Amino acid sequence: MTRDYTKVIGRIDSIASKVYDDLTVSEIPYLQLPSRTKSNIQFDQKLNVWKYGKNMTERSAKSLDGAYMMLRTMYMVDFIKDMIKANKSSTLREMYYISEGWDLAKFNSQPESDSLAEDLEVITSCMREDFKLRPEEDGARVIGNLTVEEVTRNKTKKKIHCQDDVGDSGYSIPYNVEPEKLSFKGVDADFVLAVETGGMFDRLVENGFDTSNRSILVHLKGQPARSTRRFIKRLHEENKLPVLVFTDCDPWSYRIFGSVAYGAIKTAHISEYLATPGAQFLGVTPSDIENYKLPTDKLTKEDIHALKSELTDPRFQESFWKQEIKLQLNLGKKSEQQALAKYGLDYVTDTYLPEKLAEMGMIKK
Amino acid sequence: MTEVIAHKLAKKQKEISVAEFFERNKHILGFGNPTRALLTSVKEGVDNILDACEESSILPEVYVEIRNHEEGECKVIIEDNGPGIVKNQIPHIFGRLLYGSRFHAVRQSRGQQGIGISAVVLYGQLTTGKHAKVISKIQEDRPATVTELAIDTNKNRAEVVNRDIIHWDKPSGTRLEISIVADYTRGKRFVYDYLQSVSIVNPHAQITFKEPDGTEHLFERTSEMLPSKCIEIKPHPHGVELGTLIKMSKNTKSRKLSSFLKSEFSSMGDRTTNAVCEKSQLSKDLNPKDMSREQFLALHKAFKKVKIMAPNTDCLSPIGETLIKRSLKHETQEISPEFIVTASRPASVYSGNPFQTEVGIVYGGSLSKDKPVKLMRFANRVPLLYQQGDCVSTSAISSIDWRRYGLEQSSGRGIPSGPAIFLTHVSSTLIPFTSESKEAIADIPEIENEIKLAFRECARKVQSHINKKVRRVKTREKFELITKILPEIAKKSSNMLDKPVPSLDKVITKIMDVVWIEDLIEYEKTSPEPVQSTLFDDSTEKREGGWITKSTIMVVNYKNKPQKFKLYALIPEDAVVGTVTPKPMKITNNFIKWNLDTISPADKIDIFFELAGLDKGDFDENDLYIESINASYVIGADKWEGE
Repeated sequence: MTRDYTKVIGRIDSIASKVYDDLTVSEIPYLQLPSRTKSNIQFDQKLNVWKYGKNMTERSAKSLDGAYMMLRTMYMVDFIKDMIKANKSSTLREMYYISEGWDLAKFNSQPESDSLAEDLEVITSCMREDFKLRPEEDGARVIGNLTVEEVTRNKTKKKIHCQDDVGDSGYSIPYNVEPEKLSFKGVDADFVLAVETGGMFDRLVENGFDTSNRSILVHLKGQPARSTRRFIKRLHEENKLPVLVFTDCDPWSYRIFGSVAYGAIKTAHISEYLATPGAQFLGVTPSDIENYKLPTDKLTKEDIHALKSELTDPRFQESFWKQEIKLQLNLGKKSEQQALAKYGLDYVTDTYLPEKLAEMGMIKK
Repeated sequence: MTEVIAHKLAKKQKEISVAEFFERNKHILGFGNPTRALLTSVKEGVDNILDACEESSILPEVYVEIRNHEEGECKVIIEDNGPGIVKNQIPHIFGRLLYGSRFHAVRQSRGQQGIGISAVVLYGQLTTGKHAKVISKIQEDRPATVTELAIDTNKNRAEVVNRDIIHWDKPSGTRLEISIVADYTRGKRFVYDYLQSVSIVNPHAQITFKEPDGTEHLFERTSEMLPSKCIEIKPHPHGVELGTLIKMSKNTKSRKLSSFLKSEFSSMGDRTTNAVCEKSQLSKDLNPKDMSREQFLALHKAFKKVKIMAPNTDCLSPIGETLIKRSLKHETQEISPEFIVTASRPASVYSGNPFQTEVGIVYGGSLSKDKPVKLMRFANRVPLLYQQGDCVSTSAISSIDWRRYGLEQSSGRGIPSGPAIFLTHVSSTLIPFTSESKEAIADIPEIENEIKLAFRECARKVQSHINKKVRRVKTREKFELITKILPEIAKKSSNMLDKPVPSLDKVITKIMDVVWIEDLIEYEKTSPEPVQSTLFDDSTEKREGGWITKSTIMVVNYKNKPQKFKLYALIPEDAVVGTVTPKPMKITNNFIKWNLDTISPADKIDIFFELAGLDKGDFDENDLYIESINASYVIGADKWEGE
């Protein structure tokens, strides 16, 4: 099953044409794209997610840096075009190493080339996957009463049941989770529980929380990869499953929730593909620290700075977040998911989660 | 009957000899501690040599050797190729304090009081008990005399302990050997620094320094030109004290006040003399020898009230910007500075004494970026090494806000920090030192102001250098953009689309959007026959092959319209202009001017000129200015602000 890339090639060529046409009419060539900053994200009422606003930045060849950037852009789109023609794909890191051979257009570091790939997405309204570029890290793990069907590298379809067909480490989400690669065949669960840390994910698996509470457990692995977020979104939309996010109690974990529920600043151009606006935050909340008398650590300077920055982040303006963040600043403390082990290994599955789920109306007390 | 107290006291009262006075006050003269004493000894000797050589038009070759034969004791040997000293004068010059030829003269010279070298002899005698030895030769075909002498501290007279005749290879010269108590380990650095500094402001001198372990340092001569001779002038009425005035009246041959004023003072013509007499209500015919103290007082007051012309300033002998730059360059080679700028002020006057300031700034290279800038201070070509904080040059520098010029300075006052060396040279017929040890120049507003003006001028040059550097980086970037990156972008985009590569000329013009001026300076060694002899006409020595400085300036019009304008290239005053192409509109002492008629877009013009009479590196950067064009259109030259 080969995808039709005509549209992608057309959009890539339009970049080359823009530059070429500028040159033929003796204009200094330039490309325009939305500025990718916190101050330029807006809530899109129609899509229910946060997207880039109207501020545009111009990449012009008038300055030396701008000209270098443009030359790299030309090389990168040419490379992507070649990959599409040859039906290959590469990781972002591989592309960075390939750029070593681009002479004047070579990058100084991988973040530079990663960020240009994102720029290209923004300019062409394509996705990285359309460019045959994939991230280094694979998607995270899933365990629950769910059957997925994957198109494997041998072009055969394979059904995998995410409890019976997998070991304790679960089903591994591939980097491409679009329908041509992956589809859901049969789900029997009440909600999705997205868990920040591997330690907590394993605890829930060991305690059989997926069976006892009819849940699909997804390990986020810190800041979740695009494919993980896309996977959660599809589960939510196609199977109408509520999504709950269970993280540590610190500002960085709230950002993880933000990127799942609202869309991340860096990828706001594809928020409607990645974000799950219906996702809810389960905990650990600053209120939980008090209610459950959890062991804590002191907030660091960086923590406090991040919390304050969240108070001005347009995505965290709900009263829930304002109250919780202010409470945490008052407490001056943070805590971890695994701090719940203070009351024993089963406390989280026997007491904490059921109480929280009942509070949120997911299960009856 | 008790003795009258006054009589009793009278028995104790006696003359204090100058030498005894020295013994008790040696710190005033720079012999305060063994480190200082070493430097002062070398300094007094070298200053004397340079003065003597200048007076007799000899290019000085100075040899300084220090032997450290005993713990805490050094033998200082100072030798020159000067005119030598006649036998009978040797004891007076080396063995008698306050004896000298320069004390009474109004003239720019290094030594002034005549304490210097005899104080060294005395210090050596007091601390080691050893005699000083002087070898001197005054004529090529005669032997040299060796004199060993001591000082009778009661009588302030020299005692000749031994006198002999020896053969000496030198045509003429003097050699002094004195043993003194001194701290060589600590004093060494000061001696080295001092000799290096001397070499900077005396580019005509060749100095060799031999250390006790045999290491020799050579501070090379960088100019074959003797400083212009310092002319002795008469005192100016504004600079004369009442006592001096009275003393002058006793010694004058004039019988009338009017002729006394006209013949003994400078700047006193008939009109001024009449005005002074009128103001003081004294008759022109008064015999100066018969005048009363009150009359002198009236005369002295009248000097201040009448407008008197400033003294002639020809008597000063500044070093000159080119020479300062050349020797700074020579001595800072290891630092490899980014650039050196200099500025000199026209001569000026304080209290009737002519003076002139010259300054220089060495910038960049391996100099430390966060230490205070190094100050080098000079008065009449003598380095001032101590009491920096008391010196007028320090306060002048401190009062300038250096932050604008790329240096750090908290609150815009004080000595700035940054990779720079500041040189100040003040020449005057009378340097107003703060004390006898002659280490700091007193706080005279006129001098402070001149130093400030000179440094401001230098600072502007520093600023223009920094601007130029920034511009050059920008220009390089643009050049890289249009010659390398842009063609690549064009190639890549046309390859992807399978279309022909478009012409980039117009886009390049748009991106550059300037008239671009770039220059290059090269040096070419010439044959030994003098090419130009205007500079060294009276030099008796045969000139070696010199250097021709070749400057090429490239002007490219990257604007989209034709441009025409006038271009100025500054040249040093002491340079001689050779070939110039294209034909210039005008050549003066200071610049060459071209009228560039209509350069079409993307067109280029090459300009070339040659300079003779300069050493390699004297002219190492073009100073280009433009006229009749918007200066913001041009990279590589500044707006011409007039001469």
